[in-house]
Amino acid sequence: MMSTSMTMAGSREGSGRSALGRPYWNPYVAGVFLGLVLLAAYLITGRGLGATAGFAAVATWITGLVAPAAVQSSVVHMKYWHDGAPLLNWTLFLLLGAFVGAAASAWQSGRFRIDIERGPQIGDGQRLALAFVGGFIAAWGAKLAKGCTSGQALTGSSILNAGSLVFLVAVFVAGFGLAQLVRKEWL
Amino acid sequence: MLPLSSTIEFSLAADLGIALALGVGFGVALERAGFGSARKLTAVFYLRDMAVVKVMFTAVVTAMIGLYGLSAAGLLDLSELYVEPTHLLAQGLGGLLFGAGFLIGGYCPGTSMAAIASGRKDAVLFALGMLAGVWAYAAFTPDLDTWYKATAAGELTLPTLTGVGMGWWTLAFVAFLLVAAWGMRRLEA
Repeated sequence: MMSTSMTMAGSREGSGRSALGRPYWNPYVAGVFLGLVLLAAYLITGRGLGATAGFAAVATWITGLVAPAAVQSSVVHMKYWHDGAPLLNWTLFLLLGAFVGAAASAWQSGRFRIDIERGPQIGDGQRLALAFVGGFIAAWGAKLAKGCTSGQALTGSSILNAGSLVFLVAVFVAGFGLAQLVRKEWL
Repeated sequence: MLPLSSTIEFSLAADLGIALALGVGFGVALERAGFGSARKLTAVFYLRDMAVVKVMFTAVVTAMIGLYGLSAAGLLDLSELYVEPTHLLAQGLGGLLFGAGFLIGGYCPGTSMAAIASGRKDAVLFALGMLAGVWAYAAFTPDLDTWYKATAAGELTLPTLTGVGMGWWTLAFVAFLLVAAWGMRRLEA
């Protein structure tokens, strides 16, 4: 659809239909910036970044509203219960901030667009279903591994946590290993 | 002496304010890197756009240099930093599942926020799937947390495992990043 705009610098095929707005930052520049945010998190709070815990806090909050007894019977829910105020969760506020920062950045650079990202060979409905399924699997994996790309791959790796480095390698092994199976979703 | 949390007891409001402020920086970094786009994120698995590797690797090395440099200068007490106890089986299996979910879903938890903020409807579905996933874990498999705690190996880092100091490891990671950057440049040429 937007193939004419693919000539813009830095937007090779597969980099999304990003060329509508201004080009992204050089990835190494973006990496240094992201690394400094991570470093700041460590220097201020003694812990790094995270993301999955914010989702867990919301899940516990909803469970508390719908079925309070179910919160009490799960050690995982209790971890996020926060004496009845699960929404006052550090990582959830980090996610809120991330939403605000990304929204401002997307808006300012002309990249905000209501859209469904998919390859040309599948439909919108299929893509939305796969997005849900992928989110479910990723969440379960992140809970098992005690962290996701933020908490393990970035935060843990930067302090040379052996488990985090194993997680990082495993993510790419699965991604590359299964890539051809879901090729139609993206290419 | 850093981290600040070792000398200052932050109130809940201050703590959440810090989270919000750091989050803004986090979100700007992700969006400017192009991580609000599922096609850009997943392109790495088809070797068509290596931005995910470049950004993540650079971020890890940048933070590592900062942590090591500040601790070497006596400004940071590394022992005050939280290290998640390692559980190799959980991190290996969890990582495989997470990688599959990332590829199929098109996002990871943090980048889904950046994508929703950029107007991507598929990212909303990913986030709802995440919500369902963490709920299902808490509802049906909470015993995995108990198992993790009982069988975790403790705080394992490369320096404690190998006896080689963090400075050498940092140097090795910088060298690895430079070689990888050169390799990816050739791959994309």
